Amino acid sequence: MSDATLPQTLTRNVAHAFGENRLTLAAVAILLLLALCALFGNVLAPYDPLTTDGAARLMPPNAAHLFGTDALGRDIFSRVIVAARLDLGMAISAVVLSFLGGLALGAAAGYFGGWCDRLIGRLVDTIMAFPLFVLAMGIVAALGNSVLNIIIATMIINLPFYCRFARGEVNVRREMGYVEAARMGGNRSLAVLVNHIIPNILPPMMVQASLNMGWAILNAAGLSFIGLGVRPPTPEWGIMVSEGASFIISGEWWSFVFPGAALVLAVFCFNLLGDGLRDLLDPRRRI
Amino acid sequence: MTALLAIEDLSLVFRTRHGTVRALEDVSLSVERGEIVGVVGESGSGKSVLAYAVMGLQDAAAQVQRGSIRFGGLDVLAASEQALAAVRGRELAMIFQSPRTALNPIRKVGCQIEDILRQHAALRRSDLRRHAINALARVRIPDPERRCEAYPFELSGGMCQRVMIAMALACSPFLLIADEPTTGLDVTTQAVIMDLIRDQSRSTRMSTLLITHDLGLAGEYCDRIAVMHAGHLVEVAATEELLSRPAHPYTQQLLAATPTPRSTVGGLVSIPGQLPDLRAELPACRFSARCRRHVPLCDERPLPWTALSPAHLVRCRVPL
Amino acid sequence: MDRAVARASGALPGAAVTPLLEARALTKRYPIGGRHKGAMLYAVDAVDLAIAPGECVGLVGESGCGKSTLVRLLARLIDPSSGTILLDGKETTAVSQATFTTLPERARIQVVFQDPTESLNPSFRVFDAIADPLRRLLGLRDKGKLAMRVHHAADLVGLPRELIQRYPHQLSGGQRARVGIARAIAVEPSLLILDEPTSALDVSVQAVILRLLDDLRTRLGVSYLFVSHDLNVVRLLCSRIIVMYLGRVVEAAPTEVLFGAARHPYTRALIGAIPDPARRGEARPRLDGSPRSPIDPDPDTCRFYGRCPIATERCAAAMPELTLFGDAHVVACHFA
Repeated sequence: MSDATLPQTLTRNVAHAFGENRLTLAAVAILLLLALCALFGNVLAPYDPLTTDGAARLMPPNAAHLFGTDALGRDIFSRVIVAARLDLGMAISAVVLSFLGGLALGAAAGYFGGWCDRLIGRLVDTIMAFPLFVLAMGIVAALGNSVLNIIIATMIINLPFYCRFARGEVNVRREMGYVEAARMGGNRSLAVLVNHIIPNILPPMMVQASLNMGWAILNAAGLSFIGLGVRPPTPEWGIMVSEGASFIISGEWWSFVFPGAALVLAVFCFNLLGDGLRDLLDPRRRI
Repeated sequence: MTALLAIEDLSLVFRTRHGTVRALEDVSLSVERGEIVGVVGESGSGKSVLAYAVMGLQDAAAQVQRGSIRFGGLDVLAASEQALAAVRGRELAMIFQSPRTALNPIRKVGCQIEDILRQHAALRRSDLRRHAINALARVRIPDPERRCEAYPFELSGGMCQRVMIAMALACSPFLLIADEPTTGLDVTTQAVIMDLIRDQSRSTRMSTLLITHDLGLAGEYCDRIAVMHAGHLVEVAATEELLSRPAHPYTQQLLAATPTPRSTVGGLVSIPGQLPDLRAELPACRFSARCRRHVPLCDERPLPWTALSPAHLVRCRVPL
Repeated sequence: MDRAVARASGALPGAAVTPLLEARALTKRYPIGGRHKGAMLYAVDAVDLAIAPGECVGLVGESGCGKSTLVRLLARLIDPSSGTILLDGKETTAVSQATFTTLPERARIQVVFQDPTESLNPSFRVFDAIADPLRRLLGLRDKGKLAMRVHHAADLVGLPRELIQRYPHQLSGGQRARVGIARAIAVEPSLLILDEPTSALDVSVQAVILRLLDDLRTRLGVSYLFVSHDLNVVRLLCSRIIVMYLGRVVEAAPTEVLFGAARHPYTRALIGAIPDPARRGEARPRLDGSPRSPIDPDPDTCRFYGRCPIATERCAAAMPELTLFGDAHVVACHFA
């Protein structure tokens, strides 16, 4: 049994987790890049993403326009950068909401069992009875096209995922010795669940959240792609791919490849981060 | 007479991300026909690693640095997977620690025994069933015809272990390796299982290598006992000799730490220190850090075997 | 049940000392679903026992005998189906276990659990693991006082101070076992229930922990209920031993009396099954077969019937009750 001789510090662990895995480091770099675009997109973009220029339609990538221009003469590079805020913002909001909701419902179902478990189980089953993307489409169609509704739709369809996961993890831990010890130590049920069990399930759930982010981004972009949710001329990767897709045959590849690549990069980055996060958060893997 | 199993100077390491673990070093042991040899040691002593190496089932990260294992005429370490597969289950059998997990949970018990018979015994398909039922009856499972139709989860731990023994004994092996076969079982079930193994040994001259941490168990059932510590084999002797006149300080302390009907709490001895880290640089004798009798001579390599008598070997510079 | 027998099954020989913990006709039944709809599994059936202050009582029995359930009942982690548990004469079963968790009496009975790996929260440091019951049960909020109590508990169990800020996975098996004990004694309980505290440990570490437990008991004056399947270990620490089989107490006696002159055939079989190098090669009578089903057992048949080497029709017609044989030695057998 190897015994560390120094107490743990957060920086030591961060350094270890990222140092060990170059991919994680790369993922973090990409995330920082995306965050930069999201936060300062307006400042970084060389052109106004909304200004159209009829004369400069569908120009291939060149020195003036790094990613070329779209059918309305707008600079694609600027639009891709600015779109990061919307896409990432929608995805993060949806994931955070469904994470918290799923955690609360799933943990309660897994710990208390009985009617609580049955009720929550039915809710989850109802959501999962639908093909999830179709359900998202339905929700947005019913509630109206807006960013908020995309977030709500994505949140609802991701809820079962976290709920089931949390329920399973809590179930496994419910019978463990340390839970009984917590009860012996005077903790009531809710205290046991919140203080003793949930901290242990957070690491695996965070990994799931990170992986889920990729889906959430694709979801939001997908809804926009088919015309629900975000409306043009708002820059958003999904819409841009949709608009650019009409040019596949005629050969103006830059109008859909670059926003598509941005989506790929974002999803890739979050998938890689999942592993890095697990290393960071799991106390057992800390040095 | 050549021994049935001859392990000679076996050294084995595991390559891991955190360093090379020197799991076994210069282990030599032989097992004759019909004898029950116990390999006793605490967790981390390398006894299970040894058992798996004998079966040719060592982990992919394991690397044999030197030494040999000969089973009958077969060189286990050099043999091909086909040669080993032909021998395993037929001449060489193993039973594992947790019986329920060692059995396939989705197949009936009878089918699992039939699998072994089909693989290794030259039987007609119509005879397989009958032999499977006989195998269960031989381990004294009541109502064997009905039990053949049971799944492992329907049986108790002791029953599952008996099934595993039935599978191991189905083709009357020459050598049975039992890796902690009774850990987790009740003491009454343990007695029955161990009696079964011993009776089979006596009746068919089957040799047994019993891996256990329980010195008392080894004391009752084994003809000879080999004591392991941190990857080293430190002492080998006939049971009575080992228990009454241990020569290695570790053996003596292990005996003093094991509760017996005559022990008192104040009389229990604890062994100071901890197992050395097998990834680090290790001294010639791996017990030296914890040994009261340590002298500078102990650090000289190689650490020789001292024969106190032809059957009693100890690896110590200052045996008791 | 006969008052003398009741006292003998638990109390010290002679003196009528108020027991620290007393269980009367304690029963726990679980409803079984599935194939046996409506049937009940009798995990613990009409158990009487008593533990005196400062006493160390051993509880032995094989898997399925109900000792884990009994431990959970006595520790008030679950509620009994019927029967009472008295702590210093006061009924703890008057309230549900959820309510009991909030009472100050909760601190008086603590448990040291079996697997030190599983019984420590992996995301709690050692300090937090020991401090949590102090905060909850004793209401200690002051950081200074809390630290003092935690350090005191760690010192009592011989846990070096530098390990207190570590996580369980950074400790060895023996160190984890010490943390489990420190956590239990930090709140100064009157009764410590030890559920197989050393079965997951190596023999050399076990020796250390057993000596520690013995030392703690004399120093702190705590009573122990020591549950184990290893009779040699129980013999070391306990002055009195209770033997359980299929939910019932079959025999209880002072330690040396039990090992020297056991009267129940099951106890004899249990003792006979302990590996003994001195009896190598001997063919001894073995207890074969499996226990009867604990589901809806026949109340008029001895639970040991069918496996018992000396059973007769009488055993199938009437359940043997605990009877007194000599000093504090009770046996439930028609032929004892």
